[in-house]
Amino acid sequence: MSAMDNHISVQGVHKVFQSGGQDVYALKAIDLEISRGEFVCLLGPSGCGKSTLLNAVAGFSLPSSGHIHVDGVPVTAPGPDRGMVFQEYALFPWMTVEQNIAFGLQIKGDPKAAIQAKVDSLLELLHLQDFRKRYPKDLSGGMRQRVAIARVLALDSPIMLMDEPFGALDALTRRNLQDELLRLWTELKKTILFVTHSIEEALYLADRTVVMTYRPGTLKRDLRVDLPRPRDVASPGFNALKKELSLLLMEEQNRHEQDEFRGAAVD
Amino acid sequence: MKRYKHAASGILVPLAALAFWQLLSAKGWVNATILPSPMQVLTKWWTYLRPLEAFNPAQGSYLKWCFSGELPQDAMGSLYRVLVGFAIGTGLALPLGLGMGYSKVVYALFNPLIQVLRPIPPIAYIPLSILWFGLGNPPAIFLISIGAFFPVLMNTVTGVQNVDSIYLRVGRNLGASRFTQFTRIILPAATPYIFTGARIGMGTAFIVVIVSEMIAVNNGLGYRILEAREYLWSDKIIAGMFTIGLLGLGIDTVMSRLSSRMLRWHRGLEQG
Repeated sequence: MSAMDNHISVQGVHKVFQSGGQDVYALKAIDLEISRGEFVCLLGPSGCGKSTLLNAVAGFSLPSSGHIHVDGVPVTAPGPDRGMVFQEYALFPWMTVEQNIAFGLQIKGDPKAAIQAKVDSLLELLHLQDFRKRYPKDLSGGMRQRVAIARVLALDSPIMLMDEPFGALDALTRRNLQDELLRLWTELKKTILFVTHSIEEALYLADRTVVMTYRPGTLKRDLRVDLPRPRDVASPGFNALKKELSLLLMEEQNRHEQDEFRGAAVD
Repeated sequence: MKRYKHAASGILVPLAALAFWQLLSAKGWVNATILPSPMQVLTKWWTYLRPLEAFNPAQGSYLKWCFSGELPQDAMGSLYRVLVGFAIGTGLALPLGLGMGYSKVVYALFNPLIQVLRPIPPIAYIPLSILWFGLGNPPAIFLISIGAFFPVLMNTVTGVQNVDSIYLRVGRNLGASRFTQFTRIILPAATPYIFTGARIGMGTAFIVVIVSEMIAVNNGLGYRILEAREYLWSDKIIAGMFTIGLLGLGIDTVMSRLSSRMLRWHRGLEQG
């Protein structure tokens, strides 16, 4: 399969940071092919470069070497074809829910009536109708993340990039939003690249779960999750995969902690 | 109910102070020229407030007549200088502050000069302002603009520099041009700082107007209380001071109402 057949294609990507005069490899030799409509989770301990990889695909920070293509076109800058949902919501606090969702469409220069219609349908899709005139400060974390998702959906971008979007939410809200996201993904046929450090979240959501290693960030395991949907987190199949991923992840977590202890000893 | 209780307790201390003051005067413990009684001050205040001549329709409207007293004229003179000076100071500080906050080059160009000029109190410009502009409104407005300029400038710079970079990343992700980033993201994100600066600037402007009237202008509240001292009219001095206080309170209330209306989205110090 050539790069052209894939929606997102990451080839030989390195990302090097300078730290104390030394080269630190945040990403090393990453190859990742993601098909259209696929839901892929990047899983790993903190510091494994999963967010770095996501930011590289988003175009916020370009790789030191290697190539990232979307629909065969090299990524050189951020753009509305790759909508991003951030962990910290990042809603504009001075805009109401409606205005936040409409902002991307206004930038695109859509006619007013079209924007209004689109915003209305998104408010309905995410059950936000009663909150349209509210400011973000008056919303709960779960509601804010719904708005952030709606803001990205407004762009009609074929790709959604999500950086631990549900990390700050309580367990029940989190599960609700995961279900909501799966519903949207099935309805709207998006390609989703989703960063998380929760094994359960990755297994609940993804077609494929990619485990990354701690420094240098490489791909440790590319696991196809073939469990039937909707997934039952209590099923034996789910738990077997969870156990497998736990072992992989613990190895990296231990390396991470050893590194931190070494760092503390040097200080 | 609770609100009334609070209002009632808020009036206790002023009443006690007033009673003490009245006691001092009634017992003759202080010379009435040094400290007149509250009643005397109030009477003077009323005289000062009242129109000087009887209402005459030939000379203009009733409203105009109402404000023809010495005190309303002084207050309007002071207010006029404050507003014009503040408008000029803010009008200059805002674009410069936005530029300095946004562009490192502009910041590097202007910051050294600003840092040298900023610690000079506006009052220290008095001699130069009289030399340049003579007497009357121009030197006063010049001084007031300087007083308003620096607080607005410094807060605008800080406001723009402190815009959370996540908002700019979202903007880029949504495809915003640099112009859109500036007008729809940076500017609104900086408004809480800008409003704080404007409120401080207005406070400074109000201090400076009184001082400048004492020195360079022949009317206004600052001029009036200094003039009253020459005649040993302490009742008029105190009446004038209370007027200054009330006017200042009024201006600050308007500013704070305005900013909480415009910033109703804002969370205050809490992080979002």
